[in-house]
Amino acid sequence: MEFTVDGRKVFATTGGQPFTIDKPCIIFIHGAGGDHSVWVLQARYFAHHGFAVLAIDLPGHGRSDPPLLESVPDMATWLLRLMDCAGVARAILVGHSVGGLVALEATAQAPERIDSLAMLGVNFPMAVHDDLLGRTAANDHQALDLINSWAHGYSAHLGRNKVPGLWMMGGSIRLLERAPDGAVHADLQAAADYNGGLNAAAKVACSALLLLGERDRMTRPKTAQSLAEAIPNVTIVVLPNCGHMIMEEYPDEALRTLIEHLM
Amino acid sequence: MVDPNYLKFDTLSLHAGQQPDPATGARAVPIYQTTSYVFDDTEHAASLFNLERAGHIYSRISNPTTAVLEERLAALEGGVGTVCTASGQAALHLAVATLMGSGGHIVSSSAIYGGSHNMFMHTLPRFGIETSFVHPRDIDGFRHAIRPETRMVFAETVGNPGLEVLDLPAVAAVAHEAAIPLMIDATFTTPYLCRPFDLGADLIMHSVTKFLGGHGVAIGGALVDGGRFDWEASGKFPTMTEPYAGYHGLDFAEEFGPAAFIMRARAEGMRDFGACMSPTTAFYILQGVETLPVRMQRHVENAHAVAHFLDTNDAVSWVNHPDLNQHPDHELAQRLLPKGAGAVLSFGIKGGREAGRRFIEGLRIFSHLANVGDAKSLVIHPATTTHQQMDAQALEASGVGEDMVRLSIGLEDVTDLLSDLDQALRTSQRG
Repeated sequence: MEFTVDGRKVFATTGGQPFTIDKPCIIFIHGAGGDHSVWVLQARYFAHHGFAVLAIDLPGHGRSDPPLLESVPDMATWLLRLMDCAGVARAILVGHSVGGLVALEATAQAPERIDSLAMLGVNFPMAVHDDLLGRTAANDHQALDLINSWAHGYSAHLGRNKVPGLWMMGGSIRLLERAPDGAVHADLQAAADYNGGLNAAAKVACSALLLLGERDRMTRPKTAQSLAEAIPNVTIVVLPNCGHMIMEEYPDEALRTLIEHLM
Repeated sequence: MVDPNYLKFDTLSLHAGQQPDPATGARAVPIYQTTSYVFDDTEHAASLFNLERAGHIYSRISNPTTAVLEERLAALEGGVGTVCTASGQAALHLAVATLMGSGGHIVSSSAIYGGSHNMFMHTLPRFGIETSFVHPRDIDGFRHAIRPETRMVFAETVGNPGLEVLDLPAVAAVAHEAAIPLMIDATFTTPYLCRPFDLGADLIMHSVTKFLGGHGVAIGGALVDGGRFDWEASGKFPTMTEPYAGYHGLDFAEEFGPAAFIMRARAEGMRDFGACMSPTTAFYILQGVETLPVRMQRHVENAHAVAHFLDTNDAVSWVNHPDLNQHPDHELAQRLLPKGAGAVLSFGIKGGREAGRRFIEGLRIFSHLANVGDAKSLVIHPATTTHQQMDAQALEASGVGEDMVRLSIGLEDVTDLLSDLDQALRTSQRG
């Protein structure tokens, strides 16, 4: 469905069920260069189990209008405005990678509006190699290949997708290729520039989940330790053999963990 | 900066889609010979049926053994996903049925497998789907044949049996100008010789019966989705972009993004039409795919030697293989198929149909049968067999003459193959 925020179209999928504000709302936020489709299974599950779901496209991604937002705080502020426009007073936020930082920052900006927070594949600081930033700035396809390669654990490089017949490495590179020029770079730069993670973590008033992949080479679990220690009420779950693309690499385990945390 | 650490083609041929069986430790892909799968509980069952969780429900729709082959073929082609089918023809039908309904139109190369031609020419019109045929070298012809209701451009990487090499990037550009996907039958080349997605194709089909299996023991097909075609922007494919009542209003492009086509093909096509591959067949085909790179290398080496042998034989009036300098597409083949243009070739035998009969019956190693891509060398007379349903005009358009003999070159020692061809050609001229 579509919303209008600041005069611009925002797209969100609702998990195959009508979106109504009389149910508890979960907002899913994708990572760098992604869109709402990375949450397809989780969005459909929660939408069919009593939640109002919005799996959003950040501005300039997927089906949402540009312009791209350049910082994590700006994205978080925008997310809260989207909640206003959608008539959502309170929500559960679930974010992946830089989308997880957006969820964290939004929770800090309006702790009274967030019932629960889940961050998947998130660390702090979320360092990004200068060379990779340079290549994404130039829209170099090899940068997408590097991200795709690093984002998947070795197990995912071999395959065995839980969704029969789908090749994870192929699907992920196609999704990155769909991102408009500049989108991957803007997201990575925003992640690299974000320095408010520990301050935001200290303001989290709700229960929080950090769901990490043991083999994540983008956001290594040990680099999430300071963030975890700064959040007052946090549960940390590390999935064995899993890389950064937690929702597709281990969808059942990701869903089970989210159910335990959110339901 | 380092290079992306993707696994390479030969490694993917052996490993993609599979890891040692967690239940038993089996290294080989187990044959999961089962129709159905036990649910954890009623809630688990409901969520599987509703595409909230991933997993297997019923082997007509998906099966763990077949899924390994599907994932492996998608990996080798550089696609997003595959549905394996009962045959190559089932894969073609699945693609058509997923893309269009009554009122749809296809623009197809005229140089295609006789069975595909028959489906387009005689069978699909009964269901309201028409096809226009264009010579594969006539790029403008493809453009001019496209109508507002066209929903697919179709061709083979290397034509059957004329061995025309498709200018794939050029035809892809024509299709994309009209916001239509290009589907390629890549059976003759396999992903080892050509990856059509890298050249602009959107969908690929294989008869996996042929080179991918390589052994000639199992019939099967595959439909692979490249994941690049923008169904939403095209606006011509409601099966992908509008709510589907058969799945509670599911919008495949919205929810599955780059995998919209292949998810629709499985969710609807395997559920409703049901032309699925058996797990045992998938196991057989996987045994072939494991050795695809080394086999294809040998196939094209032998075919190259046979083509040059025939080219200098007095009993042969012409030889058709893109490796030869005189082939009209030789330069194109060098550019698009640098590892080789496949192991199928055709030639004209002096003395017409009777000499052809004596040649085929005189061969000792080559087997006379209706197939290509076996590890064993094969021979056939297309005009009286694979393409016999065509009338004279269609035969001419397909490049099939009365004197044409088609060979599929296998993996035997090439000196034995040349010796066998030599003695049979001498026999053919003793009439």
